[in-house]
Amino acid sequence: MSDETNIDLELDLKGLLCPLPMVKVSQNIGKVPVGGVIRAVATDPGAMADIPAWAKSTGNEVLQAEKEGGEFVFLVKRVK
Amino acid sequence: MPEEEPHQKSLAMVVMSGDFDKLFGAFIIATGAAAMGMEVTMFFTFWGLRAIKKNVSTGKTFLGKMLGVVYGGDISKSNPSKFSFGGMGRWMFNKMMGNHNVSTLTELRDLAIDLGVNMYGCQMSMDVMEIPRESFIDGVKEPVGVGFFLMKAQDAEIQLFI
Repeated sequence: MSDETNIDLELDLKGLLCPLPMVKVSQNIGKVPVGGVIRAVATDPGAMADIPAWAKSTGNEVLQAEKEGGEFVFLVKRVK
Repeated sequence: MPEEEPHQKSLAMVVMSGDFDKLFGAFIIATGAAAMGMEVTMFFTFWGLRAIKKNVSTGKTFLGKMLGVVYGGDISKSNPSKFSFGGMGRWMFNKMMGNHNVSTLTELRDLAIDLGVNMYGCQMSMDVMEIPRESFIDGVKEPVGVGFFLMKAQDAEIQLFI
């Protein structure tokens, strides 16, 4: 999926711990247009639960949440 | 029919503790909730007041000034609820948290203000402890009482007492 998806913004969340990965996604979602996608890379395993929970609460969509080596890669779509 | 905007959820929190660990919990929850689009109210009372104070001396009467000395400073002076050891515990936890890249309490609190978290001092405990409104950091709202807090709390989906 990541090969075909257009990325509007790359976010480096490596080294950040709770609650910062979620906070940074929230602070940056407004920078992409509605329908746009953020690709975020985190190292905090807690982000695997938190970023989808954030998306569910804010009405946005996580297209992908995958572990790649020691990193967690998210594709977050701005829905509104 | 136009799609209705979902009602904004909210969180109302009393922060009575001035303990380092409990303040951490309070500010992590507050910043998280703000990031999730919630309206957040933090009501600081008693020992919690120091968390929104600048590093200035307070107190008008002899007892008030004494309190300002033994419980003075700002949020960076807060000690953990266990392993305090006259400041050693705070140093140890700050060191450990720094090693793991966790934000400091001061950074978390300032982030909360940036995210639009509403912080209020409790007027009654400010009077008792002789901590004036002018001693608070920028971004703290005008002091309120328990009635205001309860109004916010009864409309909130989440209420916490820390």
